[in-house]
Amino acid sequence: MIDNLNLLFVYAPIMNIQVILDGIFVGAVFALSAYGLALVWGVMNVKNLAQGDFVIMGGFIALGLHEYLGIHPIISIPIVLILMFAYGWAVYKLIIKRVIDNDMFVSLLATFGLSLLMQQVMNLIYGPEVRIIDPELPIYEFFDFVTVPMAKIISLILAAIFALIITLFMKKSRMGQAIRATAQDVRAARVLGINTDNVYAFTFALNAAICGVAGVMVSIIWVLQPFYGITYSLRTFAIVTAAGLGNLPAVIGTGFGLGLIEKYTSIILGVEYEIAAAVVMLLVVLMWRQIQMRKNRQAVR
Amino acid sequence: MSRNTLILYIIILAASILGPILLPAYTQQMAILWVMILMASTWDILGGQMGYNSLGNITFFGVGMYLSAIIQISMFYDVGEYTSAFGAIKPEFTDSQYFTGFFLGIIGAGLGSMILSVFLGFIVFGLRGPYFAIGTLGVAITAGQITGTIDYIGGGSGISMPFFPGDIYFRSIFFYILCFLLAASVHLILRWLYSTQFGLAINAIRDDEDKAEAMGIPTLRYKQFGWAIAAFFMGCIGAVFGNMVGFIEPIEVAFPTPTFGIFMVAMALLGGKGTLWGPVIGAVLFQIVKETTWTYLLGWQYVALGLIIILNIVYFQQGIMGWLQSKYPEKFGIFVDDKKPEEGLASRDNK
Repeated sequence: MIDNLNLLFVYAPIMNIQVILDGIFVGAVFALSAYGLALVWGVMNVKNLAQGDFVIMGGFIALGLHEYLGIHPIISIPIVLILMFAYGWAVYKLIIKRVIDNDMFVSLLATFGLSLLMQQVMNLIYGPEVRIIDPELPIYEFFDFVTVPMAKIISLILAAIFALIITLFMKKSRMGQAIRATAQDVRAARVLGINTDNVYAFTFALNAAICGVAGVMVSIIWVLQPFYGITYSLRTFAIVTAAGLGNLPAVIGTGFGLGLIEKYTSIILGVEYEIAAAVVMLLVVLMWRQIQMRKNRQAVR
Repeated sequence: MSRNTLILYIIILAASILGPILLPAYTQQMAILWVMILMASTWDILGGQMGYNSLGNITFFGVGMYLSAIIQISMFYDVGEYTSAFGAIKPEFTDSQYFTGFFLGIIGAGLGSMILSVFLGFIVFGLRGPYFAIGTLGVAITAGQITGTIDYIGGGSGISMPFFPGDIYFRSIFFYILCFLLAASVHLILRWLYSTQFGLAINAIRDDEDKAEAMGIPTLRYKQFGWAIAAFFMGCIGAVFGNMVGFIEPIEVAFPTPTFGIFMVAMALLGGKGTLWGPVIGAVLFQIVKETTWTYLLGWQYVALGLIIILNIVYFQQGIMGWLQSKYPEKFGIFVDDKKPEEGLASRDNK
C-alpha cells in the first residue's frame, strides 16, 4: 500500500492523470445509471434493485448485435435504446404496476427477484465467462504512461450528449413536464388530467433505456458478465443515497466522484476492494446522515 | 400449549425421526430443510415481527462459518500455514479432538456473530425501511468481498474443513440431528420469546416505532437484542453447514447473498411473515419446490426460482398464514392469550 502511494505521488505523479481519466470514464457510466434510478425513485418511489442488471442487459444486447450482425456498438446505441425502452415498459406493466402501491420493501424484493431472473437468463444465453467487445478504434498514448482509447472518449461524449437530451426532454417536452408534475404530487396531477399510469410506465421505460445506453458504454470500455449486475445496483444506490433525491446535478457529480474513489482505491489498495469502496461510501454517507438526524431524534427513512 | 399444537409437535417430531430412516438417500436434503427453516425463522424476528427488513442476515452465516473453521483448525494447526498449503497438509484429528473442536467452533461462531451483530446494530439501526434493507445488503456483500481478500483464511480459494471421523452414513445422520436440534430449539425459543414482553415490544416497534419510543420502550436495545438472537443462531448454523459441506469459499458457500440470503426472505414471505408458523411452512414448501426444479429443470432452476419469488411477491404478498388468517379469522386469528377475544374484553370491563 505504501509502495503504491509512493508510486502515485512521488515517483510517477503522471499516473494520476491516468487514474483520473479512468475515473471519469467509469463515472460517466455510474452517473447515467444513477440518474435513471434517481428518476424512478423520485417519481414512482420504487427502489429498483435490478438497475445493474438493466445495465448489463444493455451491454449484452450490444454484444449480441456485434457478434451476430456485425453492428458496431456505438452505432447500436439507438437499437439498444428502443429495445430496452420496450423491455422497461413490459416490466412495468407486468411487475412494477402491481407492487407500486405497496410498502417499499415489496418493490425492493420484487426487483431483486427480477434481478435474479435476468442474471440467470443472461447466464443461460451468454454463459458465465467475462466478455468484451473490441471496438476496433485507435488508442492514444501520452507521456509514456497515459493511454486513452478513442472508444472511451467517444462514449464519454455520447453520454454527455445523451444526458443533455434527457435534461432538455424533461424540461421542455409535454411528457417531461407530466413526469415532473407527477413527482411533485400524484393526486394533483391526476386531478389535472395526467394519466399517471402512463407517466409511471414511461418513466420506468426511460430508466431502462438510460441503463441500456450505460450498458453499451460498459461493453465498450469495460467487461460484461451476467453476475456483475448487482455491483452496479449497489453503486447506483450508493450514489443516489449519497447525493440525495431530487438533486440531479448532485447525482451526476457523485457518479463521477465514485468513479474517482473507486479507481484510486483499486490503485492504492488493490482491485478487489473496488466494490467494497462503493459500499463503504454508502455506509459512511448513511452513518453521517444518521448522526445528523439523531441530533433532532429522527431517523433516516 | 393447547392440545392441537401438542399433537402437531408430536407429528413433526415423528416425521423428522422417520424421515432419514425411510429415505436415507435424502438425509442431506432434509438437513438443509432444517437449515432453511432456521434461516426463515430467524429472519422473521426482524423482518416479520419487528418490521425491519434485513437483506444482510447472511453475513452472520458466513462469519460463523469462518469463525468455526478458524477455531477448529487453530486448536491443533497454524491457520496461515494450513491455508497456504492448499490442502497439502492433511489434518489428522482423533475423534475427541475433532468433536471438541467442532462444538467449541459452533459456540464460538454463535457468540462471535452475536457480538458482531451488536456492533453492526449501532451503525444500521438508525436506518429505516428501504435504507435498512440496502445498508444490510451492502454489509453482506462487502463481508464476502473482504473475506475473499484475507490470505490468512484462504482468500478467494477457501478452506477445506477437517475430515469427519466415521463413515458417510453416520456423518449424514450426525449433521441431520444437529440441524434438527438447532432448528427445533430456535422454534421453541422464538415461541417463548414472542409470548413475553419482548414479543410485544418488537411488535410495537413494527407498528409505530416513534410512538413505541415515546412510550418509553428502549427501542435500540430491543432491536439489537432481536438481531443478536438471529445472529447467534445464524452463526451456529453457519458453523454446522460449513462442516457439513466440508469446503468453505467466500462468495458461493459462506456469503451466498443472491441465493440463501434472498431465499430466507422469500420463504418467510411465502409462508406469511410476522407469524410463528409462516416461515416454517414457507421453508418446507420452498425446499420442496427448489429440489423438484433442481431435479427436473436442471439449468433453469434459478430462472424458475426467480419467477417463483416474483410471482409470490406480486400476487401473493400476505403468504399462506396471512391468507389463512384473513380467510378463517376464528381459527388462525391473533390472540394475545389463549382466551377468546370476547372473554378478554369482558374481563377487562369487570375491572
